[in-house]
Order: sequence, then structure tokens, then C-alpha cells
Amino acid sequence: MTMPTKLVVDCSTGVTTEVELTAEEIAQREADAAAYAEQKAAEDAAAAAKAEAKANAEAKLAALGLTADEIAAL
Amino acid sequence: MALTYVAIATTTVGSGGSANIEFTSIPQTYTDLLLVSSLRGSQNGATLAGLALNGSTASFTGRYIYGDGQSTVSGSDGGNVVNYATGISVTANAFTNAYSYIPNYTSSNYKSISSDVVLEQNQSTNAMFLSATLWSNTAAITSLSLNVSAGTFAQYSTATLYGIKATV
Repeated sequence: MTMPTKLVVDCSTGVTTEVELTAEEIAQREADAAAYAEQKAAEDAAAAAKAEAKANAEAKLAALGLTADEIAAL
Repeated sequence: MALTYVAIATTTVGSGGSANIEFTSIPQTYTDLLLVSSLRGSQNGATLAGLALNGSTASFTGRYIYGDGQSTVSGSDGGNVVNYATGISVTANAFTNAYSYIPNYTSSNYKSISSDVVLEQNQSTNAMFLSATLWSNTAAITSLSLNVSAGTFAQYSTATLYGIKATV
């Protein structure tokens, strides 16, 4: 199995080397990925809830007789 | 760039891709650091890129706003996400371009990182991401790494680390 690699740039020499990730780095990468996925799911849920609330509010305003332009101007 | 900007080091990802781009032995002779990157990933969709400072991904907190022309999301998080990599499902050769600025990186105070990211996709839903991040650690920054959350950074992705001097 090919191990993922990283580019390491030594700023004191300007030399770049490609090295395989350590087991610890791979474990950290997997933990970070899980945390990112959890964060993304929360963001998506928040965005969906916000969009639904906005649509509901606009529907109620339209039912009161406001035009689309009037609603957009609010 | 003004004369106060000095390119400390730059690198370009090769044909095999790379999971991380790491700058080590960062000189302690500048006032601030600026990381400029152009990143494309190996996954279909855009992937997040996290920052590690001195090898650590812990003690990061921040606030962000993300918009793609259709919706916006903002919030706070305990993560170290400061960047993205454009996915392969969008136009070939499109990269996410970003700046991350780190003032006073040698101080013994906590370090702030402000990032300005555009996920160029050559589509109507190009996205922007702005973040303000705090690394609650008092150590001077001697190494810095961008870590993609899945897959690898694709070939021709680049990163350049600049040192900023207060005066020429």
C-alpha cells in the first residue's frame, strides 16, 4: 500500500523533500477529517434551516399581499 | 510586492500529489508571515485544508464566513481550517487561491491568523471563505503546515511563505 506523502520545505536551505507521513500523522489526519465532516454537516444543517425559515417568512409575507419586489426590499 | 515582503521559500506539488505542504526552520527574523497558496485537490468536491503550527493542530478557535453566490454560512468553530483545495469535478486547471496572514509570529502571545480564500471553479457558484483564527499557544512559530483533509493536493499546487519586515 502506498503511503501518503508530504512536502517538507526547509526554509534555512530552500531544499524541498518528499517524505511519507508517519503513523501518528496519518492518525491525526483521519481525526481531522472526521472533525471536518462533523463541522460541515453542522454548517449544512444550519444553512438548510436558515433557507427554510426564509422561505416560510416570504410565503407568509406573500399571503399578506406583499409583492416579490416588496419582500426583497425588506 | 513591496520591498518589505521577502519570499522565504516556495514549493510546487509534483505528479504524485502530496497530503501536506510543510515549511520548517522558519527564520525568526521577520515581523509577520504571509502564506500564499494555489491549491487543487484529488477529490471530486472541494476539500478543506487545515493549518498545523509547530506540528500541532490543537488549540485553534475561530470564526468564518463562507458564501458561494447562492447561500452564505457563518459561524464559530474549534478547528484549524484556514483554506480549501478545488475539487476535480470542476474545470481543469482551476485552483483555490488564498492568503493567510500571521502577525507577530515570534511573540510569546497567542497567534492570530486571518485568511482570505477564493475557491475558483470557473462556474457560477465560485465560493469565498474568510476566517479569523486564534492559535492559543505562546510558542514562536518555527514550522507551518497545510494539511488537506482528504486525498492529496494535486500536481501544480503551490505555496509560498513570505516574511514581512516592518521596515526595509
